[in-house]
Amino acid sequence: MTNRTAILDGNEATASVAYRLNEVIAIYPITPSSPMGEWADQWAAEGRKNIWGVVPTVIEMQSEGGAAGALHGAIQGGSLGTTFTASQGLLLMIPNMYKIAGELTPAVIHVAARTIATHALSIFGDHSDVMGTRATGFAMLASNSVQEAADFALIAQAASLESRIPFLHFFDGFRTSHEENKIIMLSDDDIRALIDEKHVLRHREHAMSPDHPVLRGTAQNPDVFFQARESINPYYLACPTIVQDVMDRFAARTGRRYRLFQYAGAPDAERVIIIMGSGAGAVEETVEHLARAGEKVGLLKVRLYRPFAADAFLAALPKSVTSVAVLDRTKEPGSLGEPLYLDVLTALNESSAAAPRPRVIGGRYGLSSKEFTPAMVKGIFDELKQPAPKNHFTVGILDDVTHTSLSYDPEFSTEDPQTVRALFYGLGSDGTVGANKNSIKIIGQDTDNYAQGYFVYDSKKAGSVTVSHLRFGPNPIRSSYLISRASFVACHQFQFLDRIDVLTAAQPGATFLLNAPFGPGEIWNHLPRKMQQTIIEKRLKFYVIDAYSVARDAGMGTRINTVMQTCFFAISGVLPRDQAIEAIKKAIRDTYGKRGEAVVQKNFAAVDSAIAHLHPVAVPSQVSSGFDMLPPVPLQAPAFVRDVLGTIIAGRGDDLPVSAMPVDGTFPTGTAKWEKRNIAQEIPVWDEDLCIQCGKCVLVCPHAVIRAKVYDSSKLSGAPATFKSAKPRWREFETLRYTLQVSPEDCTGCTLCVEICPAKSKSDVKHKAINMLPQAPLREPESANWDFFSALPEFSRERLSHSQVKDTQLLEPLFEFSGACSGCGETPYLKLLTQLFGDRLLIANATGCSSIYGGNLPTTPYTTNAAGRGPTWSNSLFEDNAEFGLGMRLAADKRADYARELLHRLAGHLGDSLVSGLLVSAQATEKDIQAQRERVEELKKKLANVPSPEARDLLALADALVKKSVWLVGGDGWAYDIGFGGLDHVLGSGMNVNVLVLDTEVYSNTGGQMSKATPRGAVAKFAMGGKHAAKKDLAMEAISYGSVYVARVAMGGSDTHTVKAFLEAEAYDGPSLIIAYSHCIAHGYDMAFGLEQQKAAVNCGYWPLIRYNPDLRLTGKNPFQLDSKPPKIPLKQYAYQEGRYTMLVRSNPEAAKELLVLAQNDVDRQWRVYENRAAMPGHAETPEPAPAEAESVVKTAPENGDAE
Amino acid sequence: MIDITTQYLGLNLRSPIVASASPLCESIDNLRRMEDAGVGAAVLPSLFEEQLDIESGLVDSNLSRGEESFAESLHYLPDLQTYNTGPEGYLDLIRRAKRAVSIPVIASLNGTSLSGWLRYAALMQQAGADAIELNLYGIVTDPDVSGSIIEQEYCEIVSQVKSSVSVPVAVKLSPFFTAIPYAARRLAEAGADALVLFNRFYQPEFDLEALDVVPQVTLSTSEELLLRLHWIAILYGHVKANLAVTGGVHTAEDVLKSMMAGASVAMMTSALLHHGIGHVRFVLDEVVRWMEDHEYQSIRQMQGSMSRRSAPHPNAFERVNYMRVLSSYAVR
Repeated sequence: MTNRTAILDGNEATASVAYRLNEVIAIYPITPSSPMGEWADQWAAEGRKNIWGVVPTVIEMQSEGGAAGALHGAIQGGSLGTTFTASQGLLLMIPNMYKIAGELTPAVIHVAARTIATHALSIFGDHSDVMGTRATGFAMLASNSVQEAADFALIAQAASLESRIPFLHFFDGFRTSHEENKIIMLSDDDIRALIDEKHVLRHREHAMSPDHPVLRGTAQNPDVFFQARESINPYYLACPTIVQDVMDRFAARTGRRYRLFQYAGAPDAERVIIIMGSGAGAVEETVEHLARAGEKVGLLKVRLYRPFAADAFLAALPKSVTSVAVLDRTKEPGSLGEPLYLDVLTALNESSAAAPRPRVIGGRYGLSSKEFTPAMVKGIFDELKQPAPKNHFTVGILDDVTHTSLSYDPEFSTEDPQTVRALFYGLGSDGTVGANKNSIKIIGQDTDNYAQGYFVYDSKKAGSVTVSHLRFGPNPIRSSYLISRASFVACHQFQFLDRIDVLTAAQPGATFLLNAPFGPGEIWNHLPRKMQQTIIEKRLKFYVIDAYSVARDAGMGTRINTVMQTCFFAISGVLPRDQAIEAIKKAIRDTYGKRGEAVVQKNFAAVDSAIAHLHPVAVPSQVSSGFDMLPPVPLQAPAFVRDVLGTIIAGRGDDLPVSAMPVDGTFPTGTAKWEKRNIAQEIPVWDEDLCIQCGKCVLVCPHAVIRAKVYDSSKLSGAPATFKSAKPRWREFETLRYTLQVSPEDCTGCTLCVEICPAKSKSDVKHKAINMLPQAPLREPESANWDFFSALPEFSRERLSHSQVKDTQLLEPLFEFSGACSGCGETPYLKLLTQLFGDRLLIANATGCSSIYGGNLPTTPYTTNAAGRGPTWSNSLFEDNAEFGLGMRLAADKRADYARELLHRLAGHLGDSLVSGLLVSAQATEKDIQAQRERVEELKKKLANVPSPEARDLLALADALVKKSVWLVGGDGWAYDIGFGGLDHVLGSGMNVNVLVLDTEVYSNTGGQMSKATPRGAVAKFAMGGKHAAKKDLAMEAISYGSVYVARVAMGGSDTHTVKAFLEAEAYDGPSLIIAYSHCIAHGYDMAFGLEQQKAAVNCGYWPLIRYNPDLRLTGKNPFQLDSKPPKIPLKQYAYQEGRYTMLVRSNPEAAKELLVLAQNDVDRQWRVYENRAAMPGHAETPEPAPAEAESVVKTAPENGDAE
Repeated sequence: MIDITTQYLGLNLRSPIVASASPLCESIDNLRRMEDAGVGAAVLPSLFEEQLDIESGLVDSNLSRGEESFAESLHYLPDLQTYNTGPEGYLDLIRRAKRAVSIPVIASLNGTSLSGWLRYAALMQQAGADAIELNLYGIVTDPDVSGSIIEQEYCEIVSQVKSSVSVPVAVKLSPFFTAIPYAARRLAEAGADALVLFNRFYQPEFDLEALDVVPQVTLSTSEELLLRLHWIAILYGHVKANLAVTGGVHTAEDVLKSMMAGASVAMMTSALLHHGIGHVRFVLDEVVRWMEDHEYQSIRQMQGSMSRRSAPHPNAFERVNYMRVLSSYAVR
């Protein structure tokens, strides 16, 4: 036995054991369990062996359903297999779970428990997913901490092999899966000691094999199915004893003792909380605290939830108990109680014990990782004292609707005074979290201290705020909740002070470290009043450093992590300063060493110069600042935005009561514009003299912060002094004015606009029509300009040519200021979609990046035009988006059908001219659609005076008479993999839906895992050695139907082609598929060059631009149009600009070379196929010559004499 | 029997054709084919210290981009086991080359810091390089830095490298010195065992449509040889170091001229890229045939025979010749 300690999170702890115990690992990414699969894949790529001396096979499947199927097959085949999942993924495994359990096949599924999507998706933790599987027959084992996650991964597998019952081992998503903690690692010998080889052998012998053939998976009938189902009972009866035996053997080996139901607290407790999962940490801390004060309280941790061993449960519960609160981290609407509560009641009820039964209440806590603190636990214990405690309560929220919530004193704390608690506010891009992870490792490994780290991220992908919660001290740390009393607070970003109250959690006398561009003598007057007041009142020790200048001088750019980490160690005194610096440098070498000496050296330089620039600040005794923090949203925002969304933006969403929330998950659109984030250091500035008004910058801007308008010059009266305008470069609009305006507070500073700008100064070519300049001095004047610009009227849609890029960029975008990555390659397509069809657009959005930046609270980027119309958007699931969108189409068509029927019926009241106008309009052009809208308005007016139920129906449906555009949007993970079956069916349905695949060639949202769209030779997670198979040609699959409009577009390759494809797809009366090349942060290069790479992808033939329009067949033309020119450059010239390819060149040059050759072959082959297809005569596509061709056949056939 | 052996950097070479530093020499197969074709030695492509730094930075920025910002995607690329951002890949090339061929293998180095020059030169020697060519390739863009400062830095680098390694050291120069003979003499005095004339610079091209400057690489032509011949002929006999021609050597005539000007070896790359590695054999055969026709016994016999020191009209290498060329042009 060894006692090697390590600092790691629950995912890694679990994976490290599961990997060593299995041979086949079928995986699929889903938050928060993805890292388990990633670790397994990485270790397999590194050739690490399991305890039997073989490298497990790790295979990514197309969905969790696929992973479960592969697991089922593998374990039926006699291998030891596992998988990792969460949430919706676990739900997709349920059918196989029934089978695996029904066949008594040992295996363990490790689950980072996560919320099931209901009124909203949530990536965070609760037990709604695992509770959804409790009828499958899987045993369920809950671990409550990182240490337990490792230990129970082993115990689950040992017990599964022995009992033959498959296990679901789960721990709380994020709270445990992502918490870094110091644990004792299990050695290979520990693992071997627990696994009884005879059970492994039995499993192998049970394998399907033609050498001893059996048949498993019969169909059974009413005569015997029931009996067969009952035949497994002995195994379930034996299981708890087996688990306890394994736990006992585990204790004998490691000293860590676990029970099926583990009691902690006063032996004579009267009030007991029953709980499973990480919340037990907070309860145990509270119980110890209260018990020390003499309170008779206790905690019963449920470890083996299924099979529920009532005897063991009753034996573990002290006889002295008079009242019990059972806590469930899930909600079952309509049930008499949540599952654990009902199980406890049943166990007590069925007990034959003579003692009086305790009173039992049940409550819900912690849904979607809602904080669960000792203060709440104390509130529950207090409630248990009441003569009539509230049953079916909630805790941690304010339920002002059905009044379920318990009240508690939020000031109650059980924090260990010997534990140091530190909070760090940073930006994702500044490296704060990474540095803190290193700090925990330094403290946990170089000292005897225990250490814990937990990291909170915001919901934006660009400019996201991170808060690191670090605890360390001499005692083990079980605090499974965020820090609310910090002895050290660091704010790594000066601009946060305007909007985030970073000192809320600072305890009196705490240390405050601030990164600011001001020295110790001048910083005070740059702090908001509230902060000054807090510093004075709490007597904080205040330090300041200009970390950006230190980092810049050291060659670190904007990565201030090392500088701030050094300051933390220097001030906190956790380690002697020299020892700390040595440890930091060692950590730097460990972390960055393989990235190269240059990186190590510049980090060292940052460490060496940090302390010299760290200064204590003499805190004045008076508040003197002339400004205060800004409100989260402007005061003129609508009430819901101000009171609800604004509260969320301010980080106080926990304070919102139940009544503040929409009951069905419906939110207003158009709210992103109220959330001014000011994350760009530099913003684009327009040179109106140089600009050729091509609209390309407007087109490519991922966040819709650059807009163009043409308007009457009279509108310029009252313009701010710096507002710019120019003569429009449209002959027909020359009497008007043109303005290109940037929203300074919404820009992310990606520079895509500058890179795409084709207009260069003739005397200084680096100066373009749009150039980046520092934001700070421009913020105020340009904000005023933006407000003025926004108030200018939109240009008439009917006067613009929608097939001209230049014209389309005068159309109002109805998708703006999303939380997408800076420089995102997806959002320009979505924005274009809303410009073209936004006011009649329905979007079904598959889960993924586009659903997150499209629908993650607090604010939403989809918005409305002046008439209040705009895209309506919904996300169902990841896997079903095509079907979901098809349903929207069916509904839109049905509503229109019924409306038309009613028009016929009511024609007498409405007048023939109006009715026929409404019925016959093809609505093929913008003008037609506008005319139809006007007819609908007239219809509504007339209907108001018709007193009949049918008239009321028609009034409700009248808008359905305007043509609707239904778009099914998602990424390649959806379209190529998990949703492909449904997508294929929808494409084959013939229905008029439009599919937009934002093809980033990886699962971007979950961190870049391989999909079937990943190109050969590129590195991705789950393809660490470079993907070996070629990218799937989804376009050709769809083309094979012959009835689907298909386009492959790349905005950087040809924006005109992109616009044309969108228009044609929408116009085609049938299914359309647009596959849009979307550059992505996961491609490994500066996304400012995204469009340049798109162009290169087209130029090298990797991404041919095509359109397949079945309508062309009607005129005898070949529907397949190859719109890009033959390859001009080799694939290498495109690919080797991207880290996803060059990483492999560096890591494994030989493999990279081989894959490049194959990938070039793929390109050549694809080009030949496309070229041949495009060269086919039109009639080759049709069984009967189309009219135009029939004519040409006649003309060219005289020699055979049949022409007459 | 015609003797085409030569001595360069104290190494006995079986022929005067050396494969100069280029991507061709990155492949062990190519090195074997070069040996088969008769090259006297091969110079491996340069290890650029700056490139190692850039690659290190690129790997770091690729892995860091977007990391730890969003709860669902804490990283966007997998962290591979190794990135070979250090010199190890290059050192391995030296080792593999040494195992694969018996001709001398010369490593080439372009440093950015004195410590880099010294560290990597020592590692190259340890890896088995028979000699090291210091590729003093740098574009000086700072108007405050004088030529004498640059020359002093070069001498310092050569002197320090020489004192840190025992294998011979060649120095590859650019033609852009005000006084080439003085610079050459100082470098030789600093310890350079050979001077390689001259480096070819990538010349950025202007794209008039895109109003952009684009990098481009062109293969050399025999035209470029003239500049090299000119300076080899001038330097021959006036510096202690061996001289090597690089740039513009394509034909047997080019090799012969190089030898006669005073070069110990003539280096080739463009011709091999253009005609294939087998071209070396063809050129050597032609050299031998020419020598037979003109009754030369050995390469050594002709080396320096047409240098400024030995030419019948030494002023042909001087300004007088320039005037004569101009006047003859005018007469036409």
